[in-house]
Amino acid sequence: MKSNMLNMVAVLTTITATVGAILGGVYKLTEAPIAEAAARAQEEAIRIVAPDFDNNPIAESDTIESHGQEIVIYPASKNGAPVGAAVKASSRNGFNGEISLIVGFEQDGTVRQYRVLSHSETPGLGAKMEQWFRTDKNRQSIIGKHPEKSNFTVSKDGGDIDAITASTITSRAFLEAVSNAYKAYMNKPIDAMSGSSTHTSTDTITQPHNEEEVTR
Amino acid sequence: MNKLKIILNGIITENPTFVLLLGMCPTLGTTSSAINGMSMGLATMFVLMCSNVVISCIKDLIPDKVRIPSFIVIIATFVTVLQLCMQAYLPALYESLGLFIPLIVVNCIILGRAEAFAAKNNPFDSLLDGIGIGLGFTIALSLLGATRELLGTGRIFNISIFPEEYGALAFVLAPGAFIALGLLIAIVNKLKTR
Repeated sequence: MKSNMLNMVAVLTTITATVGAILGGVYKLTEAPIAEAAARAQEEAIRIVAPDFDNNPIAESDTIESHGQEIVIYPASKNGAPVGAAVKASSRNGFNGEISLIVGFEQDGTVRQYRVLSHSETPGLGAKMEQWFRTDKNRQSIIGKHPEKSNFTVSKDGGDIDAITASTITSRAFLEAVSNAYKAYMNKPIDAMSGSSTHTSTDTITQPHNEEEVTR
Repeated sequence: MNKLKIILNGIITENPTFVLLLGMCPTLGTTSSAINGMSMGLATMFVLMCSNVVISCIKDLIPDKVRIPSFIVIIATFVTVLQLCMQAYLPALYESLGLFIPLIVVNCIILGRAEAFAAKNNPFDSLLDGIGIGLGFTIALSLLGATRELLGTGRIFNISIFPEEYGALAFVLAPGAFIALGLLIAIVNKLKTR
């Protein structure tokens, strides 16, 4: 079809208006199911990691702001007595950005279970953290350990947890997020280390970057 | 044109990945495992079929100069609809593919087929072309994903073939995507010239 100003404007306007209406409709239709799916996923994660509870942890959740990061505590209680909590925390020091996870604690702070909620770590390397830290092999599992009785840093840094093979950075970030979750749960101050200045500061987190790239 | 030929054309003669070498971004980016590759292929196929039909229906109403923007808007609409529906009804699949769904908009296969086929043929043939090219893309991505998963981790579709320790991890990472794709194209060419 030959183009002139009138038909170009008319056609583009018609098309964009039509698809706008369609998209609005689809958005309205899917809005509720999407929110529902997200809520269900969150509830399921809490149910998996937290001790058996009969309250509503999402309604009683408590959000803590720390160094620009949000830590959410979902307290779990049974028959009115607190039994522990699920804590959502994150670290920005992953190999490819943020790692967000949810950790369940017993009442005394022992790690019960965890799930990784989102991450962009390398498949086959850092992404193994979803299984690694709950596999009972050598010293790699954190399940059943207490962040104060065990040193929650990688064995390379003198800690008690074995890092994922060839993914020390990811392991450090993972353990940092778990430690932050624990501190938030126990109401302890959280180190500034978990801030956003990973690439300018000279703390222990940044230095091993090269080393790891070589081992990879 | 023979109807079956249109479909086979997309799968073999003009296979988007192995012959046309179009849409390399999702091809290389999403094929870290067979299941990811296949899901991406199927999602692309859905968008391709829908956009081909719609574009073929309204091709005579669109002025030449605003052809490309119109096509892109239509394609983007289907991608967004797909994304919203997936998020609502298939949250597990969305979790693993969500990041790549918006990439379908900029997949040159879809715009390429709209321009080269749907804009010149009737809606039914365009649908068949969408199915053919979509299947070709899905097969290619599944094959590439399976190759990378097998060489990298010793598994195909999460079924263990050999112990993970013997896998070459590089195949799961970006460089392995290029190497595996190159080798697959070489094999396909060899088979075709026979």
